[in-house]
Amino acid sequence: MAAADELAFHEFEEATNLLAETPDVTTISRSDPRTPEGQVAVAVGSGGGYGAEDEVESDKTALLQEQQPQPGFWTFSYYQSFFDVDTSQVLDRIKGSLLPRPGHSFVRHHLRNRPDLYGPFWICATLAFVLAVTGNLTVVLAQRRDSSIHYSPQFHKVTVAGITIYCYAWLVPLALWAFLQWRKGVRERMGPYTFLETVCFYGYSLFIFIPTVVLWLIPVPWLQWLFGALALALSAAGLVFTLWPIVREDTRLVASMLLSAVVLLHALLAMGCKFYFFQPLPLEHMAPAHQDTSLHPNVVLTPTPPRPMTS
Amino acid sequence: FAGLSDISISQDIPVEGEITIPMRSRIREFDSSTLNESVQNTIMRDLKAVGKKFMHVLYPRKSNTLLRDWDLWGPLVLCVTLALMLQRGSADSENDGGPQFAEVFVIIWFGAVTITLNSKLLGGNISFFQSLCVLGYCILPLTVALLVCRLVLLAKPGPINFIVRLFVVIMMFAWSIVASTAFLADSQPPNRKALAVYPVFLFYFVISWMILTFTP
Repeated sequence: MAAADELAFHEFEEATNLLAETPDVTTISRSDPRTPEGQVAVAVGSGGGYGAEDEVESDKTALLQEQQPQPGFWTFSYYQSFFDVDTSQVLDRIKGSLLPRPGHSFVRHHLRNRPDLYGPFWICATLAFVLAVTGNLTVVLAQRRDSSIHYSPQFHKVTVAGITIYCYAWLVPLALWAFLQWRKGVRERMGPYTFLETVCFYGYSLFIFIPTVVLWLIPVPWLQWLFGALALALSAAGLVFTLWPIVREDTRLVASMLLSAVVLLHALLAMGCKFYFFQPLPLEHMAPAHQDTSLHPNVVLTPTPPRPMTS
Repeated sequence: FAGLSDISISQDIPVEGEITIPMRSRIREFDSSTLNESVQNTIMRDLKAVGKKFMHVLYPRKSNTLLRDWDLWGPLVLCVTLALMLQRGSADSENDGGPQFAEVFVIIWFGAVTITLNSKLLGGNISFFQSLCVLGYCILPLTVALLVCRLVLLAKPGPINFIVRLFVVIMMFAWSIVASTAFLADSQPPNRKALAVYPVFLFYFVISWMILTFTP
């Protein structure tokens, strides 16, 4: 029946996909008898852009939210709603964060108003442990090449890694979200992202650092910098493309400052991790040069006993 | 009883019903018996329960014993053993050593609690303490690996030493994962099994790493 066809939801998906690919279109939905299949016509026009897509998305969200009243924050099912993802969805979001495309906002295209906390939490946990483990491994591998370097498990690095990564992944999105809320008055069309969506895309953007950190085991310095730069570029590009539709309606100054601050903080995190966990160790040290290693600031040697007596 | 001889029940009133011993008095009977038994009996009963669960972990089969009669004695013993043996591997300086007792303890218990919360938030139908019980008992293979590593470390250090330790730790890590997923995976819907199992993998990986990098 024609009426049943008009109610088919897959039309909205088609429209959303088309809109996502060509941002400068508007949609006209026709329900008159001239198109008995109820096709949604896509007209190419100037302007509109993310605004029209946003209307389609916000209609869907309004429908969804009407059907499920939000439970209070003191109930367990409130938090369960943030973990309402399947394995395939998590993998799809991870893939989306690895390959950012200009014009594709991660939040609009992959999250689709269903942010989850599973991805950010476990990606941060994995990254913290992988950092500590590979940082330890570099010392082990360096010791096998050069036995003057002293190896110790350095368990405190796990604590440092964990605190750093979690603070970055939660406090920076908080600051960003607060700033965007403050600037909300300047924007007419796009509502800002919710706090959860901000945390979500920040968390998923950290995923690319996990394979990068493992690749940093290779003790070739220029290769390490190359991998680091590549990961930083991909990750920061994802963040910028996600934030672009929100900040481009703002003044030029604020937009450029915000985006450069985001990229800068991301770069600081990457470089801080590289320097703290992967201290450049000397590659060639012959045995006769053993007495020179005490002058090298980066090599950890066996400290002498008076150290506990001075504390 | 003399007065009862006067009571008569007329024949046409049907007397029917069930005579059952109410459960309460039976339980009271058990309670008093466990109160009066010797201390050895009480301890042996708990020890046998713990031992039975250890056997279930070592030979993982699809059985409900670990889940039904959960207890946290086994996880506590294993966690304390692990933390005692792993603490401060090399005590050169305050910072550059292995983990402290508290660090291992906190990692194991908070890790187990986090995995349980994650499993429940994803919609699993396992109870909180059942999941803690399973995760704690499945540390047993890794504790065995630590004991073996300590023995191996008494020998001459070298690459063969390391290879043997690596092999033992990897085998026990795989055993722990298989044992815990045998119990935990059934509690999740099939499209989220991987999401619930991955944190377990990370948890045992971290413990295995601590065991492997242990240097006395």
